[in-house]
Amino acid sequence: MLRLGCGAGFSSDRLEPAIDLAEKGKLDYLVFETCAERTLAFAHRDRKLDPKRGYNPLLPQRMRGVLPAARRNGTRIVTNMGVANVPAAVATTIAIARELGLKGLKVAAVLGDDVTDELGPDTPLFDHHGRTIREVGLPLVGANAYLGIDAILPALEAGADVVITGRVADPSLFLAPIVHRYGWRRDDWPALGRGTVVGHLMECGMQITGGYFADPGFKDVPRLADCGYPIAEVAEDGSATITKLADAGGLVSARTVKEQLLYEVHDPARYLTPDVTADFSRVEVRETGRDRVEVRKATGTERPPTLKVTVGFDRGYFAEAGVSYAGPNATARARLAAAILAERLDRHPEIRAERRIDLIGINSLHATAGASAPESEDVRVRVALRTADRSAAETMLWEVEALLCCGPAGGGGFRGQITPSVVTHSALIPRERVRTSVELMVA
Amino acid sequence: MSRKVKLHRIAHARAGDKGNTSNVSVWVYDPGDYPLVKAQLTAERVKAAFPALIRGPVRRYELDQLHGLNFVMEDALEGGVNTSLGLDSHGKSWSYLLLGLEIDVPENRRPD
Repeated sequence: MLRLGCGAGFSSDRLEPAIDLAEKGKLDYLVFETCAERTLAFAHRDRKLDPKRGYNPLLPQRMRGVLPAARRNGTRIVTNMGVANVPAAVATTIAIARELGLKGLKVAAVLGDDVTDELGPDTPLFDHHGRTIREVGLPLVGANAYLGIDAILPALEAGADVVITGRVADPSLFLAPIVHRYGWRRDDWPALGRGTVVGHLMECGMQITGGYFADPGFKDVPRLADCGYPIAEVAEDGSATITKLADAGGLVSARTVKEQLLYEVHDPARYLTPDVTADFSRVEVRETGRDRVEVRKATGTERPPTLKVTVGFDRGYFAEAGVSYAGPNATARARLAAAILAERLDRHPEIRAERRIDLIGINSLHATAGASAPESEDVRVRVALRTADRSAAETMLWEVEALLCCGPAGGGGFRGQITPSVVTHSALIPRERVRTSVELMVA
Repeated sequence: MSRKVKLHRIAHARAGDKGNTSNVSVWVYDPGDYPLVKAQLTAERVKAAFPALIRGPVRRYELDQLHGLNFVMEDALEGGVNTSLGLDSHGKSWSYLLLGLEIDVPENRRPD
């Protein structure tokens, strides 16, 4: 039986439960998945500003937290925390290993996902009505292909204790150790489909152990504050049981597993990865004990001939600002504030487009869907603006702050911030144009 | 005779995003409710319920053995996480939009 743990399901995921897993999970592998599409585009920007950055900012804390226990327990680590700067992530990990006295720790860099130089201005973007990179008309930040197990396996075969990648398909981080352990053929599509469902279920961390799930009175989750990360026990035939540490909070049930099974999935019979076209459509889940769910009957067919590429563009700035109103007649005062703000901002031509005003507490998240609460005594006026022009963003913040003295009565709690904005689109690249390699460093 | 209940009373859901496409999977708590939900919560109904939000086609995939439906809604994220000006640019809360829809259940259905 192979035991896989997940210690992060996104870039800012929690640390302490990952240390618990490293210490008590009896794991063969601990996987950290931290690389969403936008994370990568922002990491490219970071690396341009400072060649030592561009990897997951929490990598040092995570490595310091889990490396000692992982070394002690013989647990290998696989992670995409390298994001847009795998060599710097490896160098940092090596330095931390030395500092912790973990002499001889082998850290592998999986390279080759950065295909920025492979794409030309005429590359079409399949999620953008086929428009080309040139037609987007924005500065290119970087482009990365989703690598699969073919890129990761050589690092495991070389005996790496820690494998650090950039952009790889999330399930591949888990599938690679399974294939490595059981020696599956790279064209055993049904087996790769079964392993991919395990990876898919695990890749979002606590989303299968009670995170992103609780709905009080309907779907209660015990001790959510101490929710644990998941463990997968994978058998040689690819069937698996999802579970967690017995003393961790959260729960693993047929319901948590089903919700995660289709998370970010479109056609369940055709889930495309670099490794396989996985088929989740006939999956069966069964509760076999407390916090134990068995998953069976995934399968798969041949992998796609192309790899997906995420292409990042610089989109300038995203500015957000707000002021709140509370107590009697708060809704009317907030509506008045929104109306005069719109009037004032409309006088600046550069703040008319790509602008939105919400009334948080009345209609914000579901505003476009037409949903609205009739009245609230705690309402926040929120303005969002995307612009290439930093001074336009600053003007917007200024006008929102000015509401404190030149808006309706009782407005308070101004906050405003301006952050960089990136846009990502997707392209395809023939897999033979993506050359990957592994470099091993020893602490 | 029948009465209306919010889908939230009889089903749970999770939303995910890829680009400007949102998917919401819907799972009944009681398998006995699956035929009702499958018959009434069609792709057409979901699309018609939120015309200003869901601008593209809606497709529905059925996982009968797990009593779940997967709705894939194109052009339904105000541009997606990259371009949306909304607070919830991933559409994480779209699951509760669908759970707010009403289902006709027979009057004699077991009490909640």
